[in-house]
Parts: sequence; structure tokens; C-alpha cells
Amino acid sequence: MAQTTHGIGGLAYDASKRARPPELNVFVALLLIVAVFEILGRLIIGDSFLFNTRPNVDTLFNVPRLTIIILQVSTVGIIAIGVTQVIISGGIDLSSGSVVGATAMIAMSFAQVAIVNGNPNPKAIFPEQGWLDLPVIIPILVGIGCGLIAGLINGLLIAYTRIPPFIATLGMMVSARGLSRWWSNGNPVSFPTESFAGISNGDFLGWLSFGLFSWKGVNPVLIFISLAVLFHLVLTYTKYGKHCFAIGSNEEAARISGVKVEHHKVLVYVIAGIMASVAALVLSSKNLTAQAGMGITYELDAIAMTVIGGVSLSGGRGSIIGTVIGALIFGVIISGFTFLKLDAYYQEMVKGVIIVGAVILDQWRQRRQAIGG
Amino acid sequence: MSDVILRTEGLTKHYGGVHALQDANFELRMGEHVAIMGDNGAGKSTFVRQITGVEQRTGGKIIFNGQEVHFKGPLDAREAGIETVFQNLALADDLDVPSNLFLGREKVWLNLGPFSILDFKGMRAATEKALLRTAVKIPNLSNSIRKMSGGQRQCVAIARTATFASKLIIMDEPTAALGVQETAQVENIIRTLKANGEPLIIISHNMRQVFDLADRIVVFRRGRIVANLNKHETSGQDVVAYITGAKTGTEYADAA
Repeated sequence: MAQTTHGIGGLAYDASKRARPPELNVFVALLLIVAVFEILGRLIIGDSFLFNTRPNVDTLFNVPRLTIIILQVSTVGIIAIGVTQVIISGGIDLSSGSVVGATAMIAMSFAQVAIVNGNPNPKAIFPEQGWLDLPVIIPILVGIGCGLIAGLINGLLIAYTRIPPFIATLGMMVSARGLSRWWSNGNPVSFPTESFAGISNGDFLGWLSFGLFSWKGVNPVLIFISLAVLFHLVLTYTKYGKHCFAIGSNEEAARISGVKVEHHKVLVYVIAGIMASVAALVLSSKNLTAQAGMGITYELDAIAMTVIGGVSLSGGRGSIIGTVIGALIFGVIISGFTFLKLDAYYQEMVKGVIIVGAVILDQWRQRRQAIGG
Repeated sequence: MSDVILRTEGLTKHYGGVHALQDANFELRMGEHVAIMGDNGAGKSTFVRQITGVEQRTGGKIIFNGQEVHFKGPLDAREAGIETVFQNLALADDLDVPSNLFLGREKVWLNLGPFSILDFKGMRAATEKALLRTAVKIPNLSNSIRKMSGGQRQCVAIARTATFASKLIIMDEPTAALGVQETAQVENIIRTLKANGEPLIIISHNMRQVFDLADRIVVFRRGRIVANLNKHETSGQDVVAYITGAKTGTEYADAA
């Protein structure tokens, strides 16, 4: 017998009928997809997807593969964290991919070395000004400033001209891409300083633990995970998070209740822009170069991750945990297809099916819940 | 006159050429429950929107709690102590009960500006207390509003107004979309408010409800107040006559 736990006013409340958190379903989906690759791997190529099969290594799991799974979705994952809070508050951000491109180009221009192989840097953007060999904090600040400005423009447009977020961020998407092409006439910007390259390729864990641990090349993962934890806390425990959900589920109600909807929206898009610029710094540092075409379709991948993770496109529902699992599903699929030595084209096709499937499942679950009570 | 909580003098609202509200003189005393009745488009909701600051009046005076007020928006009215249950509920469907109760005025555990950390325990305790005070029945506080019945939602909306109000509660057709039992629950809350001596303005089309809950009935017709009736000195037929225009109060003869 399920008895009342904390019903108010004498009503019975059956705790066993409580709905499972949607993240759990997404997590089960992740495990299922991993299991499918594990089984297919053993059947088709006689190798394990998840577990270590190399004789000279003494770990249970295939650690390099697991690392790569997270590593390859870290950049887009960082964007997806920002996009999650945008979508929860009832908006959408199509500009993040282009903001990545523009930020990477501009920030990289302030991170170039003066001398390459004994010669002056041929790719230097600001040689006359002497802006070379600058400390790493300058490109970082410039980059974050780019994201901040892009987000601020998005946010101000959406909050005060009341145009739909789709349109405002579509405009930013096109313009920011134009900016990144114009910046160096379409040429890549390369030869970053060692400290800038260290953002992604350094040994942050070693530095933090005074050399006790060493784990090079996983900085993007660390940045992704720390930001995910931070934003999970922000969305769950702060006023900001509560207002995101409130605005996403009923903007008018939030306004009448005294939530400063316009201020909040500006802040939401500014944070999304900053997250895109962080992704740009990580990506350009990892690749040691910035190109005008960087980040194309990243905005869509980020939206897909959030949607797979159970974030409702109509706002009001979702979580960072869901988005992180959504990102992992992406990573597993990419990694799994490579592992099975299947063509990359199949990847794209399956990714599309999973995005649509995730939304159908979510809709179906919502409906069932509404009927079942 | 010190026990008058709200008074309007010559309150007028024009939408372009439409005179939605004309020269409304209204008075509400401490602890009094007044019902506003009238046909669709008679100016009831317009009247409420002027008082709550949702719209800006064209002319006239509003005196609340002894002072003339000029609310720039619903927030101002709220801060002054006027709480409104709107027809469209104004709840955030995806939030749970405490979050809705405290939306826009959250209790904060650690103040960090917009990123202030919320005091969940405090809000939950205050919610339980508020719900007990208004005798609202909710099975599970942490359920989102979306999963609740119309009656429960309405109760949450009313509990919210009753928690913070302070000086005056306005309800715009609080039971219009509810079933029999749910209506009874909402009416019980209103009786509790009466017992607590909290003044209330209720807009309703339900004659039985009005005679049950209100002390006084004010009838609107074509943007004007046409009758101000004491419940004990009038009847349903009488009120209908005023609503339809078959009859007009002597003091309002010019309004007909």
C-alpha cells in the first residue's frame, strides 16, 4: 500500500506513481546504443567497443576510446550548454556556429607568434601594430568579448524589438559568418603562441596537481565537464535558473509575477554567446589554426544534442544532465561508426533518425503521462 | 471614511473611440467582499485592468488605502498590496507549486544578484503554511502545475494571491472553467478569506455564487456602473434586470 507521504489538505499522494525523470530515459537510450555497438562489434569485426582488448594494457575499459568519445563532442557540447538555457527559456540560438567562426578568427589574430622557423610570421594579422607574442589572457578576453557582443546584440534584439529569436539569431548567424570571412579575406589565421595552444593541448590536470597527475590533451573535456557542472547548479539552484524555466513555460505569467523578463533574456543570450566563444577558443587552440568556415552547422548539432537530451523546444523543460547525455549519444555514434569502419555518410543519416526519434519518444511519453496522470 | 480600502472616482477608459469604461465610482470597505456582474463587454474586466495597472486609465482617480495611486504596471499594484487572480491564471506550467507561489519574489538563501541561490526549504515551508491557511488541497507540492487539474491550478493561483495579499484581492471569474467540486473548493477558499477579514473583488457570471459569497453586488452595463446593491435587499431577478438594462438604479438614472 502506497500511503500519503506529504499530501497537503488530506489528499493521498502515491510516491510510486511519480514519473521517472526524463534524463533517465535518455541515459537508458545511451546504454542501449552502446550495447548495440558492442554487439555489432563482436559480431562483425570481432572486437569490443567498450572494453579493453589490447594485451599490453591493464584496464577494464578501452580508455582511449572513451576519452575520444567525450573529446570529440566537447566543443559542440560547450555550445550545447549555452543553447540549453536558451531553449529552456523559450528561445532558440542559430548563431552559435557562426559566432564560433568569427570568435576563432578574431581571437586567434591576437594569439600569434612573432617568429616562425626563424622568419617573421607570414600569417600575422597585426604585424605593424606589433600585436604578436601577446600573453594568452588577451586572446581569451578578446574571444569572450566577441561572444559577449554577439550575444548582447541577439538578446537586445529579441528582448526589446520583440522579433522572434529564430529571426534575430538567423541574422546573427549570417552576419557573423560574413565577419569571419571578411576578417582575413578568407585566409586561415595560424601560428598561435604556445600558451594559447596550451588551452586545449596543455596538461591542465598536471598543472593543477603540481605534477602529481598528468593527462595531456583532455583540457576540452575538463572545460566541458566543469561548465556542465556549473550550469547544472545554476539552472537548478539559482533564481536565474528558476526564471529560465518560468519564462519558457509562460512568459506572460512570469512578467505579471514580477520577473524582469527583458533583462533575463538579454542575459540568457549573452551567456549563450560567451559559451560559443569559449568553444571557439577551445577549438582553435586544439587545431592550432582558425578558419572562416569553422563551426558551420555546430548550432544545429548543439540544438540536436539538447533535443536528444530531453529539452523541450517549446521551452520550460530540460536539463544540463540531459544535454550532456545527448552529447555523449552523439559521441558514441560517431565513435561507433568509425569503430565499425563504416562510412561517415551513415553517421549523418543515423544521427538524423535519432534526433527525430528522440522527439517522437518524448512527445509520446508526455502524452502518456498526461493521460495516465 | 478611513475604513475604505479602495475608491475610484470618475474612472474612465477609452480604447480609441470605444468608451469601455465611463465615470465609474466605486468603493470597497475593509473586509468587504464585492461582486462585479454584467454582460460580456460591460466593462468589468476593463475596470479591473485599470485598478491593477495592466492598462493606463484615460481619466479619473484611484484611491487605494487612503492615497491616490498611479500604477505603471501590474507590478506596482502588486507591491502596493493588490493581488489579482487573472482569467488566464498566470501560472508557469512547468514549475512546481512553491516556485509558482514565489515566482518573481523568491526567497533567497545567498544573494548573488541574478544568480542568487534559492532557499527551497523556506519556500516549501511557507507554501505548506499558505495552503493550510487557505484550505487548499494539493496532493504533491513538487508536481509541476501542468499535471494538475483545473481546480488545483486555480487553487494554487488563489493561494498565491492570498499568501502575499496583503490588502486587496481581485479575482476575475475564478470558477469559470471549473467543475462542480472544484468550484466548491475555490468558494471555500473565498469563504476562508472572508473569515480572515480580507477584502475581495470578484467578477462572476454565476448568480448563486455571487449571492453566496458577496456582501454587495455592483452591476456594470455598457461601460457604466448601473447598480450598487446590498445582497440582502435585492434578488436574482432584480440583478438580471439591471444587467439586461430593464431597470436602472435611481442614482444612476443618467447612465441608462
